[in-house]
Amino acid sequence: MARIIVVTSGKGGVGKTTTSSAVAMGLAKKGHKTAVIDFDVGLRNLDLIMGCERRVVYDFVNVINGEATLNQALIKDKRCNNLYILPASQTRDKDALTQEGVGKVLDELSKGFKYIICDSPAGIERGANLAMYFADDAFVVTNPEVSSVRDSDRMLGILSSKSRRAEEGKEPIKEYLLLSRYSPERVKLGEMLSVDDVQDILSLHLLGVIPESKSVLNASNSGTPVILDEKSDAGQAYADIVARYLGEDKPHRFIEDKKGLFGKLFRSR
Amino acid sequence: MSINSQLHLASKSTLEFKSSSFNVPALILSSNKITDIKKELQEKISQAPDFFKYSPLVIDLNQLSEQQINIDIRTLIQMLRDLKFFPIGIQGGSDKQHKIALDAGVSILSIRLLQELKQEPEVIEDSVETDKNPDVDESLTPVIITEVVHIENKIISQPVRSGQRLYSKGDLIILAQVSAGAEVLAEGNIHVYASLRGRALAGVQGDTNSRIFCSDLQAELISIAGNYRIKEDLEADMGKKSVQIFLQEQSLIIKEL
Ligand SMILES: Nc1ncnc2c1ncn2[C@@H]1O[C@H](COP(=O)(O)OP(=O)(O)OP(=O)(O)O)[C@@H](O)[C@H]1O
Ligand SMILES: [Mg+2]
Repeated sequence: MARIIVVTSGKGGVGKTTTSSAVAMGLAKKGHKTAVIDFDVGLRNLDLIMGCERRVVYDFVNVINGEATLNQALIKDKRCNNLYILPASQTRDKDALTQEGVGKVLDELSKGFKYIICDSPAGIERGANLAMYFADDAFVVTNPEVSSVRDSDRMLGILSSKSRRAEEGKEPIKEYLLLSRYSPERVKLGEMLSVDDVQDILSLHLLGVIPESKSVLNASNSGTPVILDEKSDAGQAYADIVARYLGEDKPHRFIEDKKGLFGKLFRSR
Repeated sequence: MSINSQLHLASKSTLEFKSSSFNVPALILSSNKITDIKKELQEKISQAPDFFKYSPLVIDLNQLSEQQINIDIRTLIQMLRDLKFFPIGIQGGSDKQHKIALDAGVSILSIRLLQELKQEPEVIEDSVETDKNPDVDESLTPVIITEVVHIENKIISQPVRSGQRLYSKGDLIILAQVSAGAEVLAEGNIHVYASLRGRALAGVQGDTNSRIFCSDLQAELISIAGNYRIKEDLEADMGKKSVQIFLQEQSLIIKEL
């Protein structure tokens, strides 16, 4: 049985797709057979960031409608044997996704995969609800600003009440905080919430902090999950996140101001 | 068998009594026309067959007694059983009705019995005969089904997130934070053993004695029995102090614990 991870946020543009592609690639590179599904029907973004947009023949909605088999629609990543992408449809509208259909696809995928990553669309409507409904774990991506944190809180409420696990009275979804686009300098200037502020508001287990980084844009422009850019700070942050998720003990990084080595050495946390 | 083991057996009880409470629907009757009652019940059943099938039921005769209307208990019980209800007790009614109920295997609920013994040992009874009262107000709905009222406190150990709303018929005890954008309501007291950032409304049915307790007051709104204060009017710097909030002459008092 696969473990289903939803990457969700409520607010748009916070880094869900960036995270989905990085985490999927990270898990696959660690030897786990992983599938990543784009739930953002109508927009189709994941395949661009994964660099496989020219190989899309069938999509998620085709599979749900029985117009293609799962094997026909899954795209195998060229860089990693263990990674498969199930792209979203650009031509359908959001109502094409049904709970029954999504459930069936996830069931079938569960047989052959170790991890299934569901890249949620923004908002709290159908697509987002379906992306999280079947999840075992939730990666809540948040930016260090009030509106993003508030939306994440809202999403956490939905996760704890409207998911399959909640409805069946099973053990609740495991929730993790991924604080993205973090800039210690701006926190210092009071322009952004700090890690502590966000933790205080959400009281959630922190899986990792991803710094604001040019490498993310470079990576998505070249269709490469940023985790493959091992020299970049964002790439390393995602590698840490994958390791921590798999149970490795890694101290948190990218929280302190890089320039202030003094602060780094003497800051007590 | 040794003497020892016999002793052991003798001292081991085969049963024990424990007090427990259940939610059982009460059938509050306001007419003695059994055919009408049956018709209305059948309608209710058709709306929610699974809910009513084999449901235990308390027959509440208080309204009928108040209006001095008698009802044929034996036929009523039979009709309920035919509809797959399990009448388990009777509330209100006369001694004579109680006797019929007991004969039919339905017990008398003691609370009412005690009350009756205290207040009105003999309920007027034979003045009205079964089904002989055609002038009963037809506009009255013959059947109301409600939950037996009994106070339920709620204990919550998960954070109450933005967009969530919780309601307790008794006290509401929350061991985690209440986020901004969340709303917690109780007919009794509210306790929050963490940050209270959302809205908290205690005594929502008008209990002016109810209170709110929390260990970090950052609420968007607090209210007791409809007397409220919004964040703007709250002292900004309460810090992380434990406080209680109560009503005194219709004004909200916030006091450090
Ligand atoms: N750590 C980061 N540093 C700098 N830019 C980032 C970072 N993470 C994401 N971005 C940029 O933010 C934008 C949105 O990212 P992404 O598409 O991953 O967000 P999303 O949450 O999936 O958005 P949507 O809600 O539209 O699906 C992109 O332009 C991306 O390059
Ligand atoms: Mg996206």
